[in-house]
Amino acid sequence: MTYLWAFLVGGALCVIGQLLIDYTSITPARVLVTFVVSGVVLSALGLYKPLVEFAGAGATVPIIGFGHLLAEGVRRSVDEMGLLGALMGGCIAASAGITASLVCGLLAAMFGSSKDQN
Amino acid sequence: MEVVTRKGRTLCFGRPAHILHWGSVGGKKEGEGPLAAQFDLLFQENSLGAPTWEQSESDLQRHCLDLTLKKAGLSPSDLDLVLGGDLQNQCTATAYTMAKLEIPFSGLYGACSTMAQSLSLASCLVSTGCASRAVAMTSSHFCAAERQYRTPLVYGGKRAPTAQWTATAAGCCLVADQPGGPAVASVTFGQVMDFGVTDINNMGAAMAPAAAKTLLTHFQDTGTKPEDFDAIYTGDLGVVGSRLLAQLMEKEGFSMENHRDCGTLLYDVSKQRVHAGASGAGCSASVLCAHVLPQLQAGILNRILFLSTGALMSQTTFLQGQSIPSIAHLVELRASDGKPS
Amino acid sequence: MNPTKEQYQQMVEKASPPSRVVQNCLWAFGVGGGICLLGEVLRQAYLAQGRTLTDASTLTSITLVALSTLFTCLGWYHKLAVHAGAGTLVPITGFANAVVSPAVEFRCEGFVPGVGCKMFLIAGPVIVYGLGASALWGVVYYLLRPLLY
Repeated sequence: MTYLWAFLVGGALCVIGQLLIDYTSITPARVLVTFVVSGVVLSALGLYKPLVEFAGAGATVPIIGFGHLLAEGVRRSVDEMGLLGALMGGCIAASAGITASLVCGLLAAMFGSSKDQN
Repeated sequence: MEVVTRKGRTLCFGRPAHILHWGSVGGKKEGEGPLAAQFDLLFQENSLGAPTWEQSESDLQRHCLDLTLKKAGLSPSDLDLVLGGDLQNQCTATAYTMAKLEIPFSGLYGACSTMAQSLSLASCLVSTGCASRAVAMTSSHFCAAERQYRTPLVYGGKRAPTAQWTATAAGCCLVADQPGGPAVASVTFGQVMDFGVTDINNMGAAMAPAAAKTLLTHFQDTGTKPEDFDAIYTGDLGVVGSRLLAQLMEKEGFSMENHRDCGTLLYDVSKQRVHAGASGAGCSASVLCAHVLPQLQAGILNRILFLSTGALMSQTTFLQGQSIPSIAHLVELRASDGKPS
Repeated sequence: MNPTKEQYQQMVEKASPPSRVVQNCLWAFGVGGGICLLGEVLRQAYLAQGRTLTDASTLTSITLVALSTLFTCLGWYHKLAVHAGAGTLVPITGFANAVVSPAVEFRCEGFVPGVGCKMFLIAGPVIVYGLGASALWGVVYYLLRPLLY
């Protein structure tokens, strides 16, 4: 059942992104920023966690889940170390994802090449 | 007869310069389009074997110039001047092409209007005796333009339905003060127009007013109307811009039935997934040299207007929220008078 | 010429074909949902290996990033994105594509000025505003915490 919900919730979040692009003519970069900040806000308000428990990867794989991950990380760090956690929690939570992308980028730069779209 | 007669903003030549020879070069998508058979040279691989897309564009131009000179049986040193440009920052594609040839060169930037711009200037210089053989040359390369103006090539993005596809193509005209080949009868330099279009994915809409303004100026200066010409070719207005041009001209009382747009001729808009059509400096340049000039030479067309339209914004002005200024230059071409070239 | 900027704007809107919203959304739904479904399959597999919930989630993200990199380098990701739009943009695979594609593209401008400087050209804002918002939330949470417990 989680598989179905992952598909439906993930798909629906992407549709929201598509509607933003089609109806507001905002650029894809702004869509991503909007999503990630919304994720932080929704998570801070305690609204996102139930969705993650319900839809699994359907809620964590879209970039809005990245915002949730950051907010959760900050909450944990503040619990552990006080105000300093506000500056550390986000990076700790996001470190694996960001570093993985960065390492993949470096490997791709070494072994990949620019491709014509024609 | 006067060498040049000025009618308003239009320069009419008494001893017109002739386009003796021309060359057109295209890439992969151009080779899959409706004009494929009319190109002089097509490349299956848009890299042309060069290590960067910028160098590929320079190579594209060099091939185009080489084959034009070969047709004319000339060597580069026989040329008095080369006028040319491209879409790369600081006009580098042309500069690197010219770095290999030891001849005078003046680089031009008119965005996608560069072909008409260089051809009009070359005609002015040749018909007034400042040069006896000049070359007007323009190119664009999809990949070089994409990585400079938009996003990296392998970045996944969806295009807007009004977006246009930058042509990977080059065109080159040898303009000379001797008969043979289509004649450049008159030219009208355009003025910059800005109707407040800010959408970078709708260049045709940004450029249509400039095309309309230059056409209206030419008709007013010369007392002509669209029906006096066999065809009116615009550079790269695409589907949207062409529609808007027709509407703007209709408001002024002109019917644009013989209008053709190079941006909708180069590709099959319904099949090649290019959205609103082709764009880029090489679009009007290659369509002129592959499709229009041969028809003038063969007498299928006798008298035409050729306008290239250019959008003059940059990445920086776009991000700063400025609207897109645009320009169109016009060249009146007539069929060759007798001697085949 | 007659039209004012406002009138011309109206003419442009009328002359421009609208986006095919329904078709775009179906693509975004199918592909985006599909990527999330793949994520869920991976997550369940990692959970079945006995990983914790957090670790399984992190490993899922890393696997998707690696797959996206492979697809980007093979030139498949942008071909899918031409149709999928937000369906390939919104999932974490889109983030990876945004990091990998400038790295590949600007390799010809050197590893430091090209790859290093431009790798986060597109994805940078996500990190800037994501971390910025999270830091702000951290301060708010720190101030509110005594009231919550």
